Amino acid sequence: MSHYSAFSVFRNALTGNRQWPRAWRDPHPKPEYDVVIVGAGGHGLATAYYLAREHGIHNVAVIEKGWLGGGNTGRNTTIVRSNYMMPGNTMFYERSMKLWEDLSQDLNYNVMISQRGQYNLCHSPAQMDAARRRGNVMRANGIDADLFGRAEVKRRLPYLDYSASARFPIHGAIFQSRAGTARHDAVAWGYARAADRQGVDIIQQCEVTGYIWDDGKITGVETTRGPIRAGKVGLAVAGHTGHLADMAGLRLPIETHVLQAYVTEPLKPLVDTVISFGAAHFYVSQSDKGGLVLGGDLDGYNSYAQKGGLPMVEHTLASAKALMPSVSRLKLLRHWAGVMDMSMDGSPFIAKTSIDGLYLNGGWCYGGFKATPASGWCFAHTIARDEPHKDNAEFTLNRFERGYQIDEKGVGPQPNAH
Amino acid sequence: MIRIDCPVCGIRDESEFTYGGDATVVRPAMGEAALKPWIDYVFMRDNPRGAHREYWHHVVGCRQWLVLERDTLSHMVGTCSLARDAA
Repeated sequence: MSHYSAFSVFRNALTGNRQWPRAWRDPHPKPEYDVVIVGAGGHGLATAYYLAREHGIHNVAVIEKGWLGGGNTGRNTTIVRSNYMMPGNTMFYERSMKLWEDLSQDLNYNVMISQRGQYNLCHSPAQMDAARRRGNVMRANGIDADLFGRAEVKRRLPYLDYSASARFPIHGAIFQSRAGTARHDAVAWGYARAADRQGVDIIQQCEVTGYIWDDGKITGVETTRGPIRAGKVGLAVAGHTGHLADMAGLRLPIETHVLQAYVTEPLKPLVDTVISFGAAHFYVSQSDKGGLVLGGDLDGYNSYAQKGGLPMVEHTLASAKALMPSVSRLKLLRHWAGVMDMSMDGSPFIAKTSIDGLYLNGGWCYGGFKATPASGWCFAHTIARDEPHKDNAEFTLNRFERGYQIDEKGVGPQPNAH
Repeated sequence: MIRIDCPVCGIRDESEFTYGGDATVVRPAMGEAALKPWIDYVFMRDNPRGAHREYWHHVVGCRQWLVLERDTLSHMVGTCSLARDAA
């Protein structure tokens, strides 16, 4: 496993780029590990990496039914930000933002973090008040936030609709300058390579079919490649948490929903930041290849199918047109869908379960990608020490019965509304 | 596009309906004093991967609440009945 550097690029160029070693091994599963993580997406791979690097637990396997990064890690809109207001969320996402800022150096892999800033637009005086409150909470916690009025937003984002006929007039925006985007596949590949270099086995095409039980405790997993025993089993399979929890007999405050995203044909540079519409659920950024990356709302019904329906395509594009009339004749190049663990309060879980030996990381709703580094960091801590890190202490499974929901939008226990 | 066979209006597009969630969840009796049945009712779901019974409200049609059988893996719809009959 070679270290990537300017020198290695130069040396491999001299040999026609035929001597690059593979980025990670393809090992056969060993009969037993200290920790088995189910799910080789960003969260699972990050967990394995931090288990090895921060806690010295190197005898770890990450098992994956498909290929690594083939789930929601490869199906999001690549936005990273830390503009959360509720206690329990604020500092967790800020930890993630701080880890993002150094991630390429840390992993020796370019995750193409681009801190291009993110605007949340406000379309009424009440939304401006709410944005001011959110910004104050962020600044009180040492997180950057700026509130801009209409004139400043118009100066910075001149291509939005400021006409008298705009359906939702723009009153202003709250802005986080450290927010931005990262290359989603590179995050999975970077964590995979870094974890592999720490001795972690990444085992692809290995589906969990059940658990190995020992006196009411989970001591491993049954897989399509045979049984693998483990001191501890961690689930990081957001989207399919319901299915894997069901195998363990757990009933969770989660519904699984489908969320679509879209890319247009490539344009010259137009949107040099990330913009979230405040009047409907819609956000836009521009990829390095020039396509506008658009995201919208859930289709709204329970679904494990990685495909969505046309009504939501129309709704999202109508939002795009209402915000940026100039996109009206753009063609969509492709769109895709991922399945989301939608929790009952819109916030995730990183916790021990009621079953000994089983740890849960899930319930990410829309927020999974930006959370990847902190999710791995906190899940590794929770698994290694059998107690939560202070930044995931609120992401428990029993917060509903205790009455401590973390409902950022304040919409109540309706998963498709978060 | 999911097309739902409303018992009142016939086959209509999903965009005429609002989703109402899992129809197998049953509200505890109003006299139920224990906390757990209420926590289960409000927060906990089976969340099946496959056959699902769910509420839909024909909000821009007959305004009836319906119970639809639908597969969450394929989106194939099955029978649809009025919620008051299905209960």
